Order: sequence, then C-alpha cells, then structure tokens
Amino acid sequence: MTRTLYDKVFDGHVVRAVAENQYQLAVDLHLVNEVSSPQAFEELVERRIRVAHPERTFACADHSISTGGNVLRFDDAMCEGQIRLLGSNTEANNVTYFDPMKGLHGIIHVLAPEQGLTQPGMVIACGDSHTSTHGAFGSIAFGIGTSQVRDVLASQTLIVEKLKVRRIVVEGELPLGVFAKDVALFIIHRLGAKGGLGYAYEFSGSTISHFSMEERMTLCNMAVEGGARCGYVNPDRTTLDYLRGRPFAPVGSAWEAAAEQWLSIASDSDATWDDEVVLHAEEMRPMVTWGTSPDQSVPVEVPVPNPASAGEEAGSWEAAMEFMGVESGRPIMGTRIDVAFIGSCTNGRLSDLEAVATFLRSTDGRVAPTVRAMIVPGSRAVREAVVAQGLDKLFEERGFELRDAGCSLCCGMNADKLVGPQVCASSSNRNFRGRQGSPTGRTYLMSPVMVAAAALAGKITDARAAHENDKGRAG
Amino acid sequence: MTGTIEAVRGRGLPLPGDDIDTDQIVESRYLKMTTFRGIETFVFESARRAARDGQGLPHPFDDARLAGASILLVGRNFGCGSSREHAPQALYRFGIRAIVGESFGEIFADNCMAIGLPCLPVAASDGRQLQSLCARVPDTELLADIRTGEITAGTQRICFSLAGGRRQRLLDGSWNALNVLLGAKGLIEMRLSELPPIQLAPQKGPQS
Ligand code: SF4
Repeated sequence: MTRTLYDKVFDGHVVRAVAENQYQLAVDLHLVNEVSSPQAFEELVERRIRVAHPERTFACADHSISTGGNVLRFDDAMCEGQIRLLGSNTEANNVTYFDPMKGLHGIIHVLAPEQGLTQPGMVIACGDSHTSTHGAFGSIAFGIGTSQVRDVLASQTLIVEKLKVRRIVVEGELPLGVFAKDVALFIIHRLGAKGGLGYAYEFSGSTISHFSMEERMTLCNMAVEGGARCGYVNPDRTTLDYLRGRPFAPVGSAWEAAAEQWLSIASDSDATWDDEVVLHAEEMRPMVTWGTSPDQSVPVEVPVPNPASAGEEAGSWEAAMEFMGVESGRPIMGTRIDVAFIGSCTNGRLSDLEAVATFLRSTDGRVAPTVRAMIVPGSRAVREAVVAQGLDKLFEERGFELRDAGCSLCCGMNADKLVGPQVCASSSNRNFRGRQGSPTGRTYLMSPVMVAAAALAGKITDARAAHENDKGRAG
Repeated sequence: MTGTIEAVRGRGLPLPGDDIDTDQIVESRYLKMTTFRGIETFVFESARRAARDGQGLPHPFDDARLAGASILLVGRNFGCGSSREHAPQALYRFGIRAIVGESFGEIFADNCMAIGLPCLPVAASDGRQLQSLCARVPDTELLADIRTGEITAGTQRICFSLAGGRRQRLLDGSWNALNVLLGAKGLIEMRLSELPPIQLAPQKGPQS
C-alpha cells in the first residue's frame, strides 16, 4: 500500500467519473452558513427538490451575527433577514441548526470540531473557503460556492477535480514566541499565495505531530491562503484524544472501530507525493504581513523588503506598499495601530485566548489609550470557558473588550468594522484591501500574542521583547 | 444558464492587476443580500468609485469605449480568496461571458464553471499582449473557441490551457451540474450507505 491520505479518502468517496479528472464525490458532512446558502435553498424550492440528507447537514450563522452581547439585537436589518432566513430554511428541511437565538452559535469552523462533527476520513464541504480548517483531523475539507451548496443539499454529492498532493514537512522545535500562525504565514511566504493552486497540502514532520489539534486547525485554516484548496494533517493519538467524548463522536464499540479505521487512513510511509518541501522550525520567527496578500510578510525584526527583489510580482508589491503606506527598507515594528483584533476561525479558539492571557500575565501593560482592542471568542463554548477560567476579568482589567462569539471584525459583515484608514493588528487570515469593512482600512496579520503586544504598545512590536524585558525586571 | 458552451465571441475588457481577490470584486457588505438579483450593480464598487473621484482614467468597467465588452482580460491569481459566488455572479450578470488570464483562484474558477462562465488560462505574456491590444483597439473582436483551445484576436492566435475535463464539461453542458448529479441517484445512495453515519452520542447525563 503506497497511498496518501488524500488518495485513500478521495477514492473512497467517488460516486463516478463525469469527465477527465472530474469526479462526482460523496460528501459526509455539509456545513451551511447564512451567507452562501440563501440562493441555494431558494433554487431548491423553485425546483421542488428537498434536502437529500438533512442528517449530514449542519448549519450555523456566524458572519452576520452581532458580537455585542445580545444576539437578539441584530446589527442591521439585512443581518437579521439573513439569519432568520437560515433559521426558517433549516427548519423547513429538518437540518440541525446551532441556533444563535438559543446561544449555540460560533464560527462554523470552530463549532463543528468542538461538537465532534469533524472526523478523520470525511469529505467535508461548506460554502466558505476556510473549510480547509477541518483538514486538521485528516479529512478532505474544502470551500465551495453557492451553486455547489445547492448541489450538495440536493444530492449530497458534488463535482470536483482530483488534486495533486504537496507534502510540507516541518521539522524541529519552534523558538519561544513563535506560534502555529507564524508557521502558516512562513509557509505561505515561502511558497506564495498561489503556490498551492492545484494542490492539497499535507502537513507533517515532528513540529506538526507535536502540535495540538487547535494548532493544526490554525495551520490548515491558512492552507487556502497559500492557494491550496485544502490542507490536512494525518490523524494520530492527538486526534483521537481530542475527539473522544465529543457530542457527535462515536461511543463504545463504534468508537474502537472508528479509531482504528481513522489511524489506518494516514498516508503510508512509502506513499509518493507529487511534491515535497522541507522546512525547519528553528528558522521561523514571529511573522507580520506588510501588504495586501497573506504571502507579503516578514519576520517582525526584518525591514519591509525591496520590490526589486520580487521579480514578476514587483508591480503588485509596489501597489500593496502604496496602499498600506509602508516603505521598503523601513522596519515594520513601530507601525502605529488603531484597532487590535484577536479572534476569527484562524485564532479564536480557547488555546489562542489562553496564550494571550499568559502573555498578559508576563507583563503589567494595559491597552494603549489610542487603541480599541477586541477579543472575540470563536464560539459560545470558547467564551464560556474563558469566563470559567476568569480570563474575562484579566482581559477587562488590561483594557480588552471581550465580545460574544462570531466572525466579527474578520470580514466586515456585522457592526464590527474598521472606519476610514484605520490600521488593524489582526489575528485573522486575510489582509485584503477593504476586507475588514473599510475600503481604505489597513490590516496587518500576525499571531494573537503579537496582536496583544501591539495593543499594549499602540504599535507593532516584538512580543518576545516584552517577555524579555519582564524577565530582566524579575531578575 | 444551461446548454453547451462551444465558443465565446465578444470584445475584450482589459482589467490590469494581479491578485484581485473576490472581496474586491464584490465587497462583503453585499454578501448580506439573500438573492443574486441586482448584484452586478456592486461589481468593483470601491475601485470604480475611487476612479471616479480621483478624476484619473475611468475604471475599465465604466469606460464608455469598452461598454458591452464581454470577455474579461485579467492578470495573475484572479479571484483568489473568499469562496463567495457573488463574485462570478456579479461578473456574469454584468455581461461577462469568459475570463482570460494567467491564473485563477481555484474556488473562483469552480464557481465560474458552475454558472457556465469559462476561465481560460493563458501564458503571462499572451495575456498582457491581449490586454494592451484591446486597450489600444477596443473594437477588436475576440473569439475564444473552447473546441480548439484558441483565442483569435484580429490576426493573432493565442492558445489557452483549459484542463481536458473542464473543456469537456463546457462542451457537453455538464458544467450545469445538478441534473448530472441527480442522474446517479442509485450510485449515490450506495456510496453513502458505506460511509459512517453522523449521530449525536447518547448522553450519559444532562448536557449543557
Ligand atoms: S472568521 Fe473570518 S475567515 Fe473565518 S469564517 Fe468568519 S469571516 Fe470567514
């Protein structure tokens, strides 16, 4: 047997080939949100088709939800319309809905793994590009558009191309203050924002096998920012430990059988990959983006690069630098910020917020008076855990606003938005122009701890230095 | 939007720039619309407004000389980012019937395929040449022939590299996937019956 996980899972879900390298693929789990589903449900009604497999379909509203603390108070009439429509569409079709009105909500990519819905060996589709997150469990998980949402609702299948597989091996121990987010940004920087076109990314190596499930999710979340439709990590003991006892995980003898099967779908050690890249954790540093594409980044202590070194990308680098107001050769450190955002499906999990808390405890700093700092848990469960640990008090004392769960400032679809040319240090995944709700707003991507450090300093700074200063003080 | 797509004929609409993501094509606030009807009104809204306010060159989508052009000519990694089908829908409803460029975001290209809007990859130099030709001579008629894999522009011929399966689906109409999918009902149910079911575990005690 010499097959990758991708081959095994893909081949096990093919219904039939419809054209050269175009397959009708069965979908285990279909996740539905309020943004990409309304037109799909509408077409089903027009064509008098019912949802084929409601028991494999799960929905939640996340993009348009208010994070103000009362989900019943919608941010605007369009948000309300969209969320209510998801409620009625799921009800009419017997689809399980994690209803925000009942406090069950969260970002679907945080919520589904928490519930144990995301399992190894599955094909998972969702009308959202960051569905790649679920690959952390060893599933093939990818984003689709509304027409394909319609296809999956109607048939529990869709037509997809079989991808090539690039194995990305990360070996060694990460330096202190370097997180999974930095690994993701480093990989995208190295391979480019379109480097993954046509590929699924398999992440392996000792660094990744030591990662927690939450770290693996951060990494796979960003695979799509590197151009790969999906990314995955082979299932192992860590995967099993995470899943055991979750609401939708199998139990009893079904668990034993599932666990054995899950471990067996990992890529064979003698499998052949279409491409392979080896990276060393020791080389990695806290990363910060300086541009408008997630591959335009530097280690925090390195100055903004020279577009002349960018070859065919020189033009887009210059345009990005002009938009961001950064200058080649100048340090990225010291860039003043107006907003700090800690959250999103990349970095809105409990471990992310715990890392921020640990960082805050290592200093006695408060959020700079010029900065609005928001912490937005990825789900209600994350929020409740934060409160249970008393972290809400710590965050508040230090000047952070702990909000309700949702996509919040990641996407500009609810009331949380940048205004005018505001500058945001953000733990999310996209620094595109206008992404955070203001056409002239500017986004710098980094790890949650780096965002927290920027919030305290009022400017982009090296979070590791804050630690060291503190050690200095203590000693 | 059904039927076979064998060729697309029309004038070229050059849109310079690389890495144009779907957030720029349709901004997220319009994702709150629950219908695609009228979405074309908002295509490239910020860039077009900036061009109007800046009194520079008109945005290609507002350039009178290019009005009615239906083959969009783009650069590298067009349509990267968010999976929103609002972007292809807005382009299609604006009147675009094919997109020619160096490379495309993968989900974007799939979404385009799903609505019968072919994305045709060409070599970078060919793409730039085509853009400058159509900017210079906006009346140039283009013919993108899906059968032969060639774009004819005046006396020029340019090859595009559409994957065989995508080409086939445009030519035989199976880009319009739903009927094709539903045609395999028996096979679908057989395959699904082999997959583990998704069930809420019986609770040992009360759960929050
Ligand atoms: S947090 Fe951001 S990237 Fe993630 S699903 Fe929400 S809007 Fe998309």
